[in-house]
Amino acid sequence: MNVRLQMSMVFHLDKCIGCHTCSIACKNVWTDRKGAEYMWWNNVETKPGTGYPTRWEDQERYRGGWVRTEKGDLRLRGSSKGKTFGNIFFNPHLPMIDDYYEPFTYRYQDLFDSPEGADQPTARPISMITGKPMDIEAGPNWDDDLGGSPVYAENDPNLAAVTPAEKQQLFELERMVFFYLPRICNHCLNPGCVAACPSGAIYKRGEDGIVLINQEVCRGWRFCVTACPYKKTYYNWATGKSEKCILCFPRLETGQAPACFHSCVGRIRYLGGLLYDADRIEAALKVSDEQLVEAQREIILDPFDPEVIAAARANGIDDMQIKYIQHSPVYRYVKEWKLALPLHAEFRTLPMLFYVPPLLPIVAAVENGTYDSSQAGLFGAVEQSRMPIRYLAQLFAAGNEGKVRYALKKLLAVRTHQRMKTVGDVDAGAVHAMMAELEIDAEEIEAIYRLTALATEKERFVIPPSHREQAEEMLQTDLWGTKGETGFGFVEAPVRGA
Amino acid sequence: MSLDVVLFQIFPYVAVTIALVESIRRYRQKSFSYSSLSSQFLESDQLFVGSVPWHYGILLVLTGHLVAFLFPQQALAWNSVPVRLYILEITALAGGLVVFIGLINLVIRRLGRARIRAVTSPMDVILLAVLLIQVSLGVYIAMNLRWGSSWYAAVLVPYLRSLFVLQPDLSLLTLMPWMVKLHVLGAFIFLALLPFSRLVHLLVVPWQYLWRPPQVVIWNRDPKRSTIR
Repeated sequence: MNVRLQMSMVFHLDKCIGCHTCSIACKNVWTDRKGAEYMWWNNVETKPGTGYPTRWEDQERYRGGWVRTEKGDLRLRGSSKGKTFGNIFFNPHLPMIDDYYEPFTYRYQDLFDSPEGADQPTARPISMITGKPMDIEAGPNWDDDLGGSPVYAENDPNLAAVTPAEKQQLFELERMVFFYLPRICNHCLNPGCVAACPSGAIYKRGEDGIVLINQEVCRGWRFCVTACPYKKTYYNWATGKSEKCILCFPRLETGQAPACFHSCVGRIRYLGGLLYDADRIEAALKVSDEQLVEAQREIILDPFDPEVIAAARANGIDDMQIKYIQHSPVYRYVKEWKLALPLHAEFRTLPMLFYVPPLLPIVAAVENGTYDSSQAGLFGAVEQSRMPIRYLAQLFAAGNEGKVRYALKKLLAVRTHQRMKTVGDVDAGAVHAMMAELEIDAEEIEAIYRLTALATEKERFVIPPSHREQAEEMLQTDLWGTKGETGFGFVEAPVRGA
Repeated sequence: MSLDVVLFQIFPYVAVTIALVESIRRYRQKSFSYSSLSSQFLESDQLFVGSVPWHYGILLVLTGHLVAFLFPQQALAWNSVPVRLYILEITALAGGLVVFIGLINLVIRRLGRARIRAVTSPMDVILLAVLLIQVSLGVYIAMNLRWGSSWYAAVLVPYLRSLFVLQPDLSLLTLMPWMVKLHVLGAFIFLALLPFSRLVHLLVVPWQYLWRPPQVVIWNRDPKRSTIR
């Protein structure tokens, strides 16, 4: 057993209101720089929708992630080592800036400087690359809230999994449904970007599993951009280096939640440590698509198991950290409650950001002034979900509908149980039947309810101390001096090489 | 001191010294600036018809120069049979033309596209100009001064080798046509420009990728456990 610590995340999609506050917090802290304007290390997209960059999930086009060969081995979909050298002068699968969007601003000064005339002065949009006037044709959340859905949402690659009837239903005006999908780097256990980097600039930090790009080693070969199936490594066109989400490690090291977590209005985000067995990663990746979610859960270890604790200690994880990991909200959502699922497990990178799928059921109808939920039992509502289970399974369970159905049923059980307690108009017998089917007790329901609805900041973000608080302050003499830098703690200014 | 001595006896050493000292200094002190500075992200189609022929062509042509430099006698022996000479010359000329076409496409792209101009430094322009002159001279020589693969091995290689062993001997070089001399000078100018331009990317070809394990883990507190470094 090779026990390692991974900082992991859970996003509770039922609580996401799609306000983009997380994206703005991240942008202001990290990517408000030349060459990085188009980057959204954190972005929020509407599902169904094409996302950012457009249709990023379509790996036939973008060639990200891993595939399992017929012999059962894993290889990068986009490139082998040999191909990497052959394609190093021209990467045939590199997304272009227009697949994201051309960054723009407005010439606001024109509003003040225009000479007097018959027309109102306007602030024309200008490109942040060329500085020339441009027509804005795309943005980072261009199809927000199903805007232009016949053009955008219909092209969602995941809709390939649903039946034509279901698809038609989804876009009927009065039955339209959508949810938000906030995305950051998944800090995977088997990251494609690391494996594809010819320079060896990308690495996983052993201490907390954060995946980082060493800006001084990156040579701009750009294979990481192709290899990440989530398109969460970005090429900085001005500095000629690739960049990605750093999980705000300077904040984590001082016990603070990352900017996007901290600013989340809906409090949908949970952060905590997980212990996993690094020796079993390979085996967990070589299973069939349907087994991927379970295999990933298997390698996450129980932090209360004495054997695991002993192995963790042997690997340099101290007792204080283990105590924090035992209180990790991520462990509860992912392993104990089986509510949170990885995004697109079929990319086989073992993403360590998990999502509680959105519950969008038709629970009941109000008829003649009474709340009627008797139709087809309470779980019937899950099957009648307005968002086809098949679609959610495509996103969160590599097509395994059982995993999504279980999570949704559990969410519904929690909801119904709490309604029984607080409103009292639900039949207790039906609720207990639900609980019996899922094999959960009132205690677990209460715990899920508390962590979902009432959790304080300290319960949502359980950050194992890294004991580097003082060290960081000693390294950084002028904390303001690092603003606008590429990365953190640079001695050398990030000036583009000649 | 004649101009030949300055250009072909002193300048080569100056150029090599500049290349060595500055590229090492830059690597150690400004490693952030070592990058291929790829602009494929901003424009792809035109890059394909420029970058691919340019790079593959230049690899072929430079390898030819290097092989004849290392094995001049074998090169002459190979060329002693006319058919083999023709094959070598045609391959070299074809390589030169591929390089030329690629370079022209790169120049058109760099100057013609607003987005690419936004990431063009003055050094990029200087570099393209030097390369364009150098490649044009090379192609001209290959077409007009026949059997270069033979006279290069017989005349220029001894000169280059004399530089290498620190006993410069210009006697043969001074007899060459000015086109050839310019081509030799271009090569040393190219060397001197290398550490100041994006050309440094050819010093950091990522060979280590060939034998590296796919996943890289670095332990900050216990560096000995790390996968690399």
